[in-house]
Amino acid sequence: MLELKGLSYQVEDGGTATEILKGIDLTVSDNKFIVITGPNGGGKTTLAKTIMGINQPTGGQILWNGTDITNLSITERAKLGISYGFQQPPRFKGMRIRDMLGLAAGNRNLTRDECCSYLNRVGLCAADYVDRELDASLSGGEVKRIEIATILARPSGLLILDEPEAGIDLWSFAKLTETFRILHAKRESTIIVISHQERIIDLADEIVMVSGGKVVRHGPKEELMAHILADTAGSCSFLQSVTCHTKEG
Amino acid sequence: MAQTKVDINLLREIADLEGTPKGAYNIRKNGKLDSRCNTENIQIVTKEDPEKPGIDIYVKEGTRNQSVHIPVIITETGLDELVYNDFHIGPDCDVVIVAGCGIHNAGDQKSEHDGVHTFYVGENSKVQYVEKHYGEGEGTGERIMNPQTVVYLEKNASITLDTTQLRGVDSTKRYTKVVVKEGAEAVITEKLLTHGKQKATSEMDIILAGPEATSRVISRSVAQDDSEQIFYPRMIGDDAGFGHVQCDSILMGQAKIQSIPAIIANHPDAQLVHEAAIGRIAGDQLLKLMTLGLTAEEAEEEILNGFLR
Repeated sequence: MLELKGLSYQVEDGGTATEILKGIDLTVSDNKFIVITGPNGGGKTTLAKTIMGINQPTGGQILWNGTDITNLSITERAKLGISYGFQQPPRFKGMRIRDMLGLAAGNRNLTRDECCSYLNRVGLCAADYVDRELDASLSGGEVKRIEIATILARPSGLLILDEPEAGIDLWSFAKLTETFRILHAKRESTIIVISHQERIIDLADEIVMVSGGKVVRHGPKEELMAHILADTAGSCSFLQSVTCHTKEG
Repeated sequence: MAQTKVDINLLREIADLEGTPKGAYNIRKNGKLDSRCNTENIQIVTKEDPEKPGIDIYVKEGTRNQSVHIPVIITETGLDELVYNDFHIGPDCDVVIVAGCGIHNAGDQKSEHDGVHTFYVGENSKVQYVEKHYGEGEGTGERIMNPQTVVYLEKNASITLDTTQLRGVDSTKRYTKVVVKEGAEAVITEKLLTHGKQKATSEMDIILAGPEATSRVISRSVAQDDSEQIFYPRMIGDDAGFGHVQCDSILMGQAKIQSIPAIIANHPDAQLVHEAAIGRIAGDQLLKLMTLGLTAEEAEEEILNGFLR
């Protein structure tokens, strides 16, 4: 179980403190699929990075399976089975995709078949990729899918994925959502995905709406979807007019 | 045959050798011939000229899938040598040449090996040349290597030059010149890691001397601590060829790197490209590997290993 208690994070900018996370309380039960959604700049990525330890919180606590991990390093958290898929993964000159998968899996001698199975799960034709370098010759969508493959290769109790759909084409996206569905069906790990995509939201057990550095709503998908749609329309005068027009019609 | 533990380790480091090499070889130890093996197609002959010590290696026309090992090891302190090794590769060959120099300096005087390797590669021949430089030893004496590699590629010949110097060499000045004739191809990959107060300079002249000559230079270097590196790769298009120079360097500690690639077109149809980048290891690369359970130090090592592979 993941528990966030009064989690806050602030940054100093030119002598002014800006609070990005404002006392987040959130409990995620084991093996749930949670989608964090909300407007841009609301603190979603900061929250995900703080759980992984990439950002050190300025207040509050993070508990993973009852252990306080607030002051643990990224490496220590990773060793406890927490994985993180970057929104914009880095490229590495010289490092092959098979090397990266091997590091992720904790097995430097992954067979070609094993590498292929991870890559196939994100819609990549493995034979073309295993020995390629993870460098600038790959497109943004390819790098992103390889990033997700590394997360799938890691034995993890908690997977955090930051906008896995970004930059991925429609066909690969269908494969990816299917992979997430199968992963969740096994009920072996807790999955937290930051996403705005309806098809990913549709896989979720629960939705967490983050806005202005706070959890503004959290509940079962069925309950939250209606609120999200209403909130979206409420914040946009154009959508409001469309909604009004529809009502009138 | 070289047999001490130090010899065996040096040979392993520079030529991946575990015992006697297969095929033709010439092992030079402390300025003298240690052992040699000729084959039917590959003859190694000691030069007669006392002003120009070294060997001539003759590879017969049509020799395919054969290798030549010519490692040099130095275990005496204070040894300073300059050797000339000339490779005469006939037409239609396909051979692998493994060279390299290992210095174990346990004393307080400098040990220096300067080698001039010249390749005459016949028409339609393919050569893979692998050279590693390595230094070790507990002594305070400097370990110095100044290699020169000169290659003449005849029509439709090709060479891949892989040179590696990772740690242990205090000072190196490398010069590489390749003349690429019609339809020939040269791929030069240089890998370098310096540390401590080491200094390394690498200068190159790649001359595209015929139509459809192609060449690629890939230089990857890491400068750690207070070491200094300077690169001057020059790609010269004297004919309608294609040349590409790519220099990437990682800076660590207080090290300094200068990368000065030049592309010079002396022909209206020459196509030349250069790319050069110097920078520290990106923070997000370290973070990514740490999220896979590596410590910051392990992550750094993985990034360098990949970069210099």
